[in-house]
Amino acid sequence: MKLAVKIRHRLGSFLLDAQFETGGGLVALFGRSGSGKTSVVNIIAGLIRPEHGCISIGDVTLVDTERNLFVPRHRRRIGYVFQESRLFPHLTVRQNLLYGRWFAPKSERREDFDSVVELLGIGGLLGRRPAGLSGGEKQRVAIGRALLSGPRALLMDEPLASLDEARKAEILPYIERLRDHSRLPIIYVSHSIAEVSRLASTVVLLSEGKVVAVGPVSDVMQRLDLFPLTGRAEAGAIIEAIVERHDNDFGLTELSSRAGRWKLARLEAPVGTRIRLRVRARDVVLARSQPSDLSTLNMMAGTVAEISRSDGPIVDVRINCNGEDITARITRYSLDRLSLSPGVPVFALIKSVALERRSLSGPIDALASRAEPEASDS
Amino acid sequence: MLNALGISAMEWFALNPEEWAAVRLSLKVATVATFVSLPIGIATAMLLVRGRFWGRSLLDGIVMLPLILPPVVTGYLLLISFGRRGPIGAFLADYFGIVFSFRWTGAALACGVMGFPLMVRAIRLSIEAVDCRLEEAAGTLGANRAWVFFTVTLPLVVPGIIAGMILCFAKAMGEFGATITFVSNIPGETQTLPSAIYTFTQVPGGDAGAFRLTLISIGIAMTALFASELLARQAKRRLEVA
Repeated sequence: MKLAVKIRHRLGSFLLDAQFETGGGLVALFGRSGSGKTSVVNIIAGLIRPEHGCISIGDVTLVDTERNLFVPRHRRRIGYVFQESRLFPHLTVRQNLLYGRWFAPKSERREDFDSVVELLGIGGLLGRRPAGLSGGEKQRVAIGRALLSGPRALLMDEPLASLDEARKAEILPYIERLRDHSRLPIIYVSHSIAEVSRLASTVVLLSEGKVVAVGPVSDVMQRLDLFPLTGRAEAGAIIEAIVERHDNDFGLTELSSRAGRWKLARLEAPVGTRIRLRVRARDVVLARSQPSDLSTLNMMAGTVAEISRSDGPIVDVRINCNGEDITARITRYSLDRLSLSPGVPVFALIKSVALERRSLSGPIDALASRAEPEASDS
Repeated sequence: MLNALGISAMEWFALNPEEWAAVRLSLKVATVATFVSLPIGIATAMLLVRGRFWGRSLLDGIVMLPLILPPVVTGYLLLISFGRRGPIGAFLADYFGIVFSFRWTGAALACGVMGFPLMVRAIRLSIEAVDCRLEEAAGTLGANRAWVFFTVTLPLVVPGIIAGMILCFAKAMGEFGATITFVSNIPGETQTLPSAIYTFTQVPGGDAGAFRLTLISIGIAMTALFASELLARQAKRRLEVA
């Protein structure tokens, strides 16, 4: 289902002027805090009435200020997972889950209660009250409650922001399963590059209330000119790879990608699984010739494709490795010393240890098959 | 000897029919006053917290007025407006057959009016504490405003409603000035506990009766207080937010 958003809305001195369209899959609304992400989802959900704009989902128009059309929030059927779960404290988990379902028209109750409970792993919590749940459990119940209301789309506003790393790691697989198993379009608001790289198929990059880029996650994250917005320190490339084999002697896993073969600490994923690998630009070393006697296990041959223009001491260099992009962050001094310029062949070196477990996604088969038509367009 | 003393003590504590009538009447008046004011109290509190309309402060002032005015003034105002010949009283008597003056219903009205500000205040504080974000969440789940109110707001306000009801009930049990001004002090019809105690203190040898009714008043007040504590604690436990 297609979600089309076009809004102009003034909030104090802040002007939100955003326009984008998305297909299915998980779309990340990405940007720094204060870039207007939450306002956009609040407008989609009907919590804020935009001054000007038009929002439609599939062939249903939710807002059209030209025609003075504004569907109230309770008739939009848009599931909303808030940052702070917002479970009803006076109801049990089961009653919370069934709350939205009760209001949904019978024909729209597509999600089966038992399968949602199983998908989110909340079967043991049904009789309890929200007060007794951990942050991660609350958030899973909130996701279930939104899913069971028979929504046309799901909005998730930084659902992991209030959780610690361990709880995040607990929930991310459930969101991945949701993305892969339901056909719902999901809008996922986040300022975390790790979450977006791992989950999103499409990224809408917001900055100061405006959309600066829309596109497949690897493209947007790769663009050197967007690095200041996508978050300098965490910026990097997203590589799609397949698990080739496990090396039990050294506890390593080998992956293959278009760029080449990767070795990293053993992953608990069967051979043939497709995964996403995030390679941070600051973890990449460049060499003009193939070095030997090096502890670094991952070496990708490529050519310099683009160099970010900068007068500062640091530059970003995009390397094209057999059609896959890897970005390296090096000093301008090194750039000069190696006399790098577009077209020059180089080797990109990445320590296995730098490939964090946190930046790896689970299986992405469903996502990959859905993303294919997009790839052929570009 | 002990036995005889016990019996005479029992006799001393036994209420005569007139005293019983005052106790029963007070309980009836206070209960009716509390339950009839409840829906109006919730609506008013809702309006005062959430309403955005001209004259909100004026409404707030009018609701709180009986708390500040001398009760006799409130009673007198009721008398001239709800009395037989008062504009509201005449209208209600002619068209609905509802008569307040010198009836127990008038006592209930006076008690309700006096307890109303306390009830509204308690419910209002409770509504102000309701997290609007929960109501928003209910809206996104498909609940319209009425459903949001009955399934989210109202259950969350229950502790405040209990507190408000107890306060109103206690005020109604103790109400004296407005009641006696409005509906006088007719045994069996408008003579509530405080009026009966007052009457006893005005006649020679009435001390025993006054003392008995005082004990009953204390008993009822303590029971109401304990009941409210218990209910509020239960409601709070159910709503506890971790």
